[in-house]
Amino acid sequence: MNRRTKFIAGGAVIVAVLAYMIYAGVTQSAVYFVTPAELRATAVPGKAYRLGGMVVPGSLKWEARALDLSFTLSDGTATVPVRHKGTPPDLFAEGRGAVVEGSWTADGYFKAGLIMAKHSEEYKAPHDGTQAGYQELIKTLRGDGR
Amino acid sequence: MTVDFGYGMTLVALVLAIYGAAAAAVGARAGRPALVESAQHAALGVFVLITACFALLTYAFLTFDFSVRYVATNTNLGTPFYYRITGVWGALEGSIILWSWMLGLYTLILILRHRDSARELYPWALATMLGILAFFLLVMTIAAPPFQRQVPVAADGRGLNPLLEDTGMITHPVALYLGFTGFTVPFAFAMAALITGRVGDTWLVLTRRWTIVAWYFLSLGLLIGGWWSYHVLGWGGYWAWDPVENAAFMPWLTATAFLHSVMIQERRRMLKLWNIVLVILTFGLTLFGTFLTRSGVIASVHAFTQGSIGALFLGFLALVMLTALGLVAWRWEALRSQGELDSVVSRESAFLLNNVLLIAAAFTVFFGTVFPLLSEAVRGVKVSVGAPFFNQVNVPLFLSLIFLMGVGPLIAWRRASLENLKRNFLWPVVLGVAAAAAAFVLGVRSALAVLTLATTVFVGTTIGVDFVRATRARLRVGEALIPAVGGLLRRHNRRYGGFVVHLGILLIALGVTGSHAWSVQTEATLRRGETAELAGYRFRFDDLTAVEESNHFKVVGAFTVSNGRVLDVLRPAKKFYPQEQSPIAYVDYRLGLKEDVYLVLGDFARDGTQATIKLQVNRLVSWIWIGGVVLTLGALLAILPERRTA
Repeated sequence: MNRRTKFIAGGAVIVAVLAYMIYAGVTQSAVYFVTPAELRATAVPGKAYRLGGMVVPGSLKWEARALDLSFTLSDGTATVPVRHKGTPPDLFAEGRGAVVEGSWTADGYFKAGLIMAKHSEEYKAPHDGTQAGYQELIKTLRGDGR
Repeated sequence: MTVDFGYGMTLVALVLAIYGAAAAAVGARAGRPALVESAQHAALGVFVLITACFALLTYAFLTFDFSVRYVATNTNLGTPFYYRITGVWGALEGSIILWSWMLGLYTLILILRHRDSARELYPWALATMLGILAFFLLVMTIAAPPFQRQVPVAADGRGLNPLLEDTGMITHPVALYLGFTGFTVPFAFAMAALITGRVGDTWLVLTRRWTIVAWYFLSLGLLIGGWWSYHVLGWGGYWAWDPVENAAFMPWLTATAFLHSVMIQERRRMLKLWNIVLVILTFGLTLFGTFLTRSGVIASVHAFTQGSIGALFLGFLALVMLTALGLVAWRWEALRSQGELDSVVSRESAFLLNNVLLIAAAFTVFFGTVFPLLSEAVRGVKVSVGAPFFNQVNVPLFLSLIFLMGVGPLIAWRRASLENLKRNFLWPVVLGVAAAAAAFVLGVRSALAVLTLATTVFVGTTIGVDFVRATRARLRVGEALIPAVGGLLRRHNRRYGGFVVHLGILLIALGVTGSHAWSVQTEATLRRGETAELAGYRFRFDDLTAVEESNHFKVVGAFTVSNGRVLDVLRPAKKFYPQEQSPIAYVDYRLGLKEDVYLVLGDFARDGTQATIKLQVNRLVSWIWIGGVVLTLGALLAILPERRTA
């Protein structure tokens, strides 16, 4: 094998390995963004999702001693009960948008490992409660690329 | 008044910059030095005007001039003095002024340094600098004007984003922007080289130190950003693969590749095309980074969401890339290599591999960052890849890079003999393997940690071997130890500066690995007097008090930390700003070389009897900051003017 072929072969191997690593990385860590309605329609228990919606006023329960947080997320058409172990983040409140990451459980609730806090004034509640308002909210939540 | 005056100055600066760019280009083409001289005066004028704009805006901040919209939205009567100054560049419009000001400053330094030394390249480089400066001034006049009227004049302002009330905010953006804008100079010289057809080594030699300067500031900016994230954001991490962090990291990777590949061109006349492309890529990525940050395409902690400016940046980025790559195609023949790679086992290939891996890492980061946009555009579903993706793909790349850091500087040029390999690498390999074995025996079971440790010891030893050998050679000719070491560092400052930077990277790698492998955390809700335990530490909740500050009100907890004996009282807090809907956590910590104790106040009962806290014991994080200091010192050593051997 001459030098040129050696270098070309080496380059090809590096590119192939990199492509495989990226492919494997994406398949293993890709998380789909869904709305409560989409989750209700397609949820597979155990699969990871990123769920975005509005925290329904009156649904928030926080048991400080047990560190149990539960609330309901809504997109205007469907609602999903969410449970989380841990302190609610600073930007989290009833009537405001939230994005949670976790999985759907067979027991009928969404188990969130992470509640996303983002510093932005965009996570506004749909003030009039109309469907258009919800759509606007989901749009801003979906924009969260993290 | 302020608004009209400021806006007027911006407009004049824009016109002057456009004139200067044109004059320098025409002067270079027609060979008329008078025109180039006139462009120099224009550049000076632009710099003075931007400085005046900057001063005027700062004055408006200090005097609470709420007739200026930018002042009214980013400060209020309660904002403390220091933060009124840093608030000037706390948001989009002001950051563009700071950016332009630095670009103007670099242009002046370029004029002073190169006016007489680089006759052919200099006018074109000046024209490029002024052209880019004109773009930023255009942004300042049409897309994000800092001088805009607030009608009616507000009685009080909205206030600064509270997260930005931190001393890190003074230095983080300044260093980062000095790094970003600094890469404009090598880019300008690369363009000049392509336009004039003088694609030899002149432009490289001229811009070598510029690149290290820009790299130094960019590294500093990234490190301070990590420090800020760790100490202010309160999630216990220093790097989140946030799109904006990635935006600054990508040009750092390509610039690092460039710093290395330059040496190959200097030594072996190879990689001319590659070097030009790396410079173009680095500059393009700084623009892309600005586009990501300023356009709001990808939301993140730092994003200033503003719509219209995105299109402007994307358009300019496209223009710059097309022009630059068009010029490369035009000079294709002249850019072909003269040298050839002789052997796979040589310093050239080690450096080449280093470049390939750095570019691969940059590509991975780029891919992960734009992935949500891609997936939405192609398949209509929003799919994100988070930190696990970046870690999984980049860790092997970075480990290989660290390994090469040991091989590259010591392996022979052209073709390494077995003798050369044995002489340089026998001890490092032995010690590296020994370190891995020792770590395993001591109970370290994380494969990644063992591997990192072994690699780090291997690289550290190669640096030690080289340094000892070089010092011995000097001792043998009769020099005393201290002058021998000093002379070595001073005379080969680029080489040893590079080694010191490598040592810094090793320390950072240890810190990152340690914090990932061994940090622990938990949460607990405590009543007064109760204790929580974590990793041998006990945290007792003593007290909760409310305190009134000039522009906010805060609730402070007091927690006694002990591990057998009382160590400290930590006081994490929650701050409530009237202009913000949500409180902001204020972290407290006790830093140590082995581990940091890190405490965040989560929730509390209004009567002060109960508090929920997040406790973390973060291992080895301090070594990241220590490594950062070492790295910047090494870069400074490399920046020093080279002293020719007498």
